[in-house]
Amino acid sequence: MLKKIRITVSIILFSLITFYFLDFANILPESFNVLTEIQFIPALLALNIVILVALVVLTVIFGRVYCSSICPMGIYQDIVAWFSKKILKKKKRYTYSKAKTVLRWSVLGATLVAFLFGFSFLVGLLDPYGAYGRLVTHIFRPAYLAGNNLLEVIFTSFNNYSLYKVGIYSLGVSSIIIALITLLVIGFLAWKNGRTYCNTICPVGTTLGFLSRFSLFKIQFVDDKCNMCGLCTMKCKASCIDSKNKIVDHNRCVTCFNCIEVCNRDAMKYTLIGTKKKKAVEPAPVFSYVKEDKPIDESKRRFLSATLITSIAAGQLLAQTAAEPLLPKRELKRKTPIAPPGALNFDHFREKCISCHLCVSKCPSHVIKPAFLEYGLGGMMQPKLYFDHGFCNYDCTVCCDVCPTDALVKLTQEEKHHTQMGRVNFIIENCIVYYDETSCGACSEHCPTQAVRMVPYKGALTIPEIEPEICVGCGGCEYVCPAIPYKSIYVEGLTAHNIIEIEQEEVEEVVIDEFGF
Amino acid sequence: MDRRNFLKAVALTGAAVTTIKDADAMSVLTQSFQTTNAAAKYDMVAVLGGEPEAMFRKAIAELGGMKNFISKGDKVCVKPNIGWDKTPELAANTNPKLVTEIIKQCFDAGAREVTVFDHTCDDWRKCYANSGIEAAAKAAGAKVVPAHQESYYKTVSLPKGRSLKEAKIHQAIVDSDKWINVPILKNHGGAQLTISMKNYMGIVWDRGFFHANDLQQCIADVCTYAKRPVLNVVDAYRLMKTSGPRGRSDADVVLSKGLFISQDIVAVDTAAANFFNQAREMPLNKVGHLAKGQELGLGTMNLDKLNIRRVRI
Repeated sequence: MLKKIRITVSIILFSLITFYFLDFANILPESFNVLTEIQFIPALLALNIVILVALVVLTVIFGRVYCSSICPMGIYQDIVAWFSKKILKKKKRYTYSKAKTVLRWSVLGATLVAFLFGFSFLVGLLDPYGAYGRLVTHIFRPAYLAGNNLLEVIFTSFNNYSLYKVGIYSLGVSSIIIALITLLVIGFLAWKNGRTYCNTICPVGTTLGFLSRFSLFKIQFVDDKCNMCGLCTMKCKASCIDSKNKIVDHNRCVTCFNCIEVCNRDAMKYTLIGTKKKKAVEPAPVFSYVKEDKPIDESKRRFLSATLITSIAAGQLLAQTAAEPLLPKRELKRKTPIAPPGALNFDHFREKCISCHLCVSKCPSHVIKPAFLEYGLGGMMQPKLYFDHGFCNYDCTVCCDVCPTDALVKLTQEEKHHTQMGRVNFIIENCIVYYDETSCGACSEHCPTQAVRMVPYKGALTIPEIEPEICVGCGGCEYVCPAIPYKSIYVEGLTAHNIIEIEQEEVEEVVIDEFGF
Repeated sequence: MDRRNFLKAVALTGAAVTTIKDADAMSVLTQSFQTTNAAAKYDMVAVLGGEPEAMFRKAIAELGGMKNFISKGDKVCVKPNIGWDKTPELAANTNPKLVTEIIKQCFDAGAREVTVFDHTCDDWRKCYANSGIEAAAKAAGAKVVPAHQESYYKTVSLPKGRSLKEAKIHQAIVDSDKWINVPILKNHGGAQLTISMKNYMGIVWDRGFFHANDLQQCIADVCTYAKRPVLNVVDAYRLMKTSGPRGRSDADVVLSKGLFISQDIVAVDTAAANFFNQAREMPLNKVGHLAKGQELGLGTMNLDKLNIRRVRI
């Protein structure tokens, strides 16, 4: 019964949060954003006291329910493990393993120290929600979009326009590779040994594991009924039941209730803990961690080496593009990345963002993608604006509305209109009006504040003139500039966003009551 | 071959020939009709002082009704300007009430299907929604189709074009029997004005090419596309005087309550430009695509030669 409830809740929450990331057509209303806000690390970074207290209380009463049913990465592992059980002919058996206490706490400690020193990459990399967000954004979502496009072709051929095509764009190699490695490594661990990630690496798992030692409800052996058959150990995906000694390591138990379900003798119970039992739940001693634990070391090594190789390869790729021969016209080079609206400044943004890429998935204009090294090594994967496929819509605040960690603080439409994310730069020798002497004006056309406006030039021609003070940095001009090979107008990022003053235009009464011809 | 099959084949061939002939006959009919109609009545109707739908009703009545332009069973495409994520009051997009009225009249004239689209500049979903046009068009029974991906466009050649020799045009136009061009009158930073001719830039995919290869010439060139709009309806209920084509605030907008309608795209744009000139100085020679359009034989800038019906409501 308990297991059924657990599975039902997990499937519902997992499907909803996954679909929330995939959903480009806004079928789920924005209120579903609560699914991301109830995640542990986002709540911690956003200092969402209500949710934090709720999660801690939940854990202290019922154990690691968060890991079991709320964390999407946890449920992803359960799904992989379930498939491995279905696919492998051999009956799947988990075995009890000793706690990797030193490793767990070292990872948590390292993450914490790195974070305090402003290197938030590690939190972003290891946080299970953020990592899952990247899986969906970079791997599942393109597949979902491709599926939509296929259906669209079929629907449209029957003259039904209820579906529409969506663009599928590359979001940078590094994040895709990291997402792929995460998918494969965690998937592999889950396929082999269930919740290994949660109990060896995950910093949230370690923290909640620590709390769950004190939880009121725990899974316990009923001594007089148990005949030590070991079925519970075989079913324990957290490998935390030592049936020989009738001990459950509550540190690692994710309250999945598989053991209770499988026990034939009713010898496992999930009940309020008695004071007497306290001794039995002591975790395995600290020194039980043994170095020659092959599978974990191996995967970690593979993970690290893959990351290294990837970064080297990506670096080289970057260098290659930079080394292309220069044409006579001037190339534009953005020196500072443009942080999305609501990022305030790089310090705030780098500290709070865990790179879950929800903003990347939700941006209707396709202007947010993960950075490589633009924010520095610690800011790898954190989102930046780019204008290859669109520009930031003047009235849109979706990215700051959905950000669960407040890395992008909520902006009203009015506040966004006065937020300067970057400043426009104009390179006249690249401009079509200047070198072709024909009309253009595409940049000014897209400028919401007329920071780029067309002023009289030769004859009937008009040429852009910029006023960076009132530029919001939306990138409309840069996106649309048709000059080749180099655009003549671009936005330079700012390490801290500015508040700008936009003068109100005066309304001039014009009355027309003649035809004029 | 047995007798039955032979007879069937003969019947089918006969039917096929008849339909082909019918189609020819029909097109000849409409073509001659369009010209004779224009000669017999007015080349252009200009209306002042009413609401968008009332002005259109008046104008189309002066031209003898929508039946003169749309035939029974036609697949019609109505192409407004929906370029920007703006509300109707800001005059960046065609007035939705006008779009509704045109769609209704198309159906009343027997149109089988009416589609509406624009290749927007802002995010297309926001433009379609916030312009009010998607809701208005759907309520009037039209199909609102997307235009944000290259695959919706088909390549057509433009043998008469000078800078632009071919273009990718939206399939809703390419596959239609008739189409109606419904621009809004606005200032434009690059082209100076955007009216009917400039509205063609919303039916093509690669606008960047236009800007990079003599914008004014390319605007005229794309209008040489063989399938001309049966009507150009210029919405000047509100016009955008400054900071166009996007506009910054309501200070750019003039409530001018005008509407111009004609088959001659150069003439209707010339008339609208003269009308605009009253709100803000705009000499015709600055709007380069007008003269270039006249050179390509798309129409005339000489309004004195035309029979123009002027109406006030």
